[in-house]
Amino acid sequence: MLALAPTLAILVLAGPILIGLLATALPAFNYFPALGGSQFSLDPWRELVVMPGLWRSALISLAAGLVTAFIALTSVAAFMAGWSQTRLFRSIQHLVSPLLAVPHAATAFGLAFLLAPSGWLMRLVSPELTGFSRPPDWLIVHDTFGLTMMAGLIVKEIPFLFLIALAALPQVRPHDFAATATSLGYGRIAGFLHAVWPQLYPQLRLAVFAVIAYSSSAVDVAIILGPTNPAPLAVRLVGWMNDPDLKMRFVASAGALLQLAVTAAALLLWLSAERLAGLIHGCVRVSGRRFTREKTARAVSAGAISMAAFAVFAGLALLALWSLAGYWAFPDALPRSITAATWMHEMPVLGRPLGITVAIGLSATLIAVAITLACLEFETRTAARVKGRALMILYLPLIVPQASFVFGLQLSFLWVGLGASFGALVLAHLVFVLPYVMLSLAEPWHAADPRYARAARSMGASQNLVFWRIRAPMALAAILVAAAVGFAVSVGQYLPTLLIGAGRWPTVTTEAVALASGGDRRVIGVFAFVQMGLPFLGFVLATLVPAIAFARRRDMRAANA
Amino acid sequence: MSLELDDISIRLQDRELISLSASIGPGEVLTVMGPSGSGKSTLLAFVAGFLDPAFTASGTVRLDGLEITNMPANLRRTAMLFQDPMLFPHMSVGENLLFAIRAGRAIPGKVEAGFPSGITKQRAGASWADRRKIAEAALDEAGLHGFFDRDPATLSGGQKARAALMRVLLSQPGALLLDEPFSKLDTDRRARVRDFVFEEARQRKLPVLLVTHDAADAQAAGGAVVTLG
Repeated sequence: MLALAPTLAILVLAGPILIGLLATALPAFNYFPALGGSQFSLDPWRELVVMPGLWRSALISLAAGLVTAFIALTSVAAFMAGWSQTRLFRSIQHLVSPLLAVPHAATAFGLAFLLAPSGWLMRLVSPELTGFSRPPDWLIVHDTFGLTMMAGLIVKEIPFLFLIALAALPQVRPHDFAATATSLGYGRIAGFLHAVWPQLYPQLRLAVFAVIAYSSSAVDVAIILGPTNPAPLAVRLVGWMNDPDLKMRFVASAGALLQLAVTAAALLLWLSAERLAGLIHGCVRVSGRRFTREKTARAVSAGAISMAAFAVFAGLALLALWSLAGYWAFPDALPRSITAATWMHEMPVLGRPLGITVAIGLSATLIAVAITLACLEFETRTAARVKGRALMILYLPLIVPQASFVFGLQLSFLWVGLGASFGALVLAHLVFVLPYVMLSLAEPWHAADPRYARAARSMGASQNLVFWRIRAPMALAAILVAAAVGFAVSVGQYLPTLLIGAGRWPTVTTEAVALASGGDRRVIGVFAFVQMGLPFLGFVLATLVPAIAFARRRDMRAANA
Repeated sequence: MSLELDDISIRLQDRELISLSASIGPGEVLTVMGPSGSGKSTLLAFVAGFLDPAFTASGTVRLDGLEITNMPANLRRTAMLFQDPMLFPHMSVGENLLFAIRAGRAIPGKVEAGFPSGITKQRAGASWADRRKIAEAALDEAGLHGFFDRDPATLSGGQKARAALMRVLLSQPGALLLDEPFSKLDTDRRARVRDFVFEEARQRKLPVLLVTHDAADAQAAGGAVVTLG
């Protein structure tokens, strides 16, 4: 039974992607009998390429992927180089960790509330500095080049890359190497970049690819912050997919393949940039220059990370504030009154999406945790180690853009009669939940001292008894954190929920994003706050349960801290 | 009870780490000495059934005449003590002992080797009260009276070592495998814990395979000594 677990995991991870891609590729060439396409042809492509602004949409997507990854990675690298082992570093570390749990949509709404012409920053300086008594007619949110959208993606991806880098950092013994470089007279940043970064980066690479893939194909953030005329490619795909004219599905499928090509192009460009950066770095490294004047660079790196963290936190606070705001006229920095009216009013509307969100999230998380534990337990019993290629499969759902295969997956589900069922929806979420659960649980699981299990075995305990009484309870905290991560991922899913659920399974996320065009900030505040609160609640439980269960077991607390 | 090691050979790729034949009689101690990296612990892992697949091994291990070379670790009855006491941190001291007591039918009135003296049950009774009594008697014997509900983290090094030994003995082992179990104790505790372990093993007529790099351990054990490396 247990031996089947790795196969099951691979099926869950790769199966829907392959099926989805296939079911995208066929209609892209006009073949999908269920929709009336019975002959291969290039018609969908002919219609696609004449879509107004298509290339601009594709370019924005490409740029969003590369710019987001570059700025987020540079900020993380510079901050680690300039500040690791300082007090500022540790406080930022504590500040940034919880940000990982905040869904993309909530972050994007918060940023919109902060930056918009009628947003909080403008209110703060108006009318005193600006003279504005009504919001200026500027296009900040939804700007033509997608800059605000990229900002929204960057502030969300910085915590992700930062935490992945933090996890990998101890393995490369940063302090020894950095200290060696510094003792040779190199500046802090130069020392880190020369001695530590080349070992650290390979461990971040897959995560960076995931950032590129996500940013070049994000739908929810693009709807909330991105340009509208034309919108990024992925947003336009969703529009075509939901077009009442079924023939548009063929165009959408061709578009989905174009999306795949755009993301692939972004990844290829990144790979060549990696080469170039490696060459330049090689020359600089042997030039002997010490780069000791680094005050400005350090200040900028600290500023960038702090600003990103501030933007998210301020945005989240604004969401909460708007949801409680009474009358709040433009230049006022704060609402005149606080009221629960919006909450009371939305409560009945909120109930069903909230229930569905929790039901999908819990189901997908439970299955993901079970599969993950089965895989890890199998690994432990057979003393095997998953590496290399298997890890690639784990990252597959994070690197293949959602928009390129979820359409096809929807068509396949429809075709086998599972369309818009709860099970199909859970399965679709599982594809994205499972990798995160595995990534976060694998490391603590492997770090466990094998001698506890051996002691138990040598006293006559069977493998199953050892799992249930020793390995699993000792890893309880890590299992719950992984579950909280998985739940947060599920809550944040927009595109799979929208498409696979076909509108029949509204979640707080699909409802919140749907509100974006309406622009009622109070209602958005309520939905986005709930969207952010659910994952947060998950993490609170993941911390509380082991703390209570092991309140009288000191060594368990030390292990969890 | 006796532990026999016949023509044991353990190799890592082409290098032979261990080549050994030995017979350990009831209550006897065989001490295997050698510097770190000489493969002492690998020998114990092989005998207990935890050998990493990177190694290849040949030879047979017999406990009481029964070949256990290829048995699953939990059926071998070769109980291990490690450098650290390895008390399960999520259980109380008493739960740690209960974990070791095999569930099964109670046969009253029969004293069995492998159980703390004074316990007259061959296998632990099915009832909670019986199991608890056995555990508490074992704690008393180790000088840990009233420690049943304690958090193992609150015990001193010597107390932990004794609790770990009682836990292992309650599992009714056929042999004891000791992997430098005294090396982390301070000197004056070390002698006392060591004597306690050897005395308990002698009383129960358990063969003991001890791996150490401390000559004093070998001396205290008093049995045959094999030096590796």
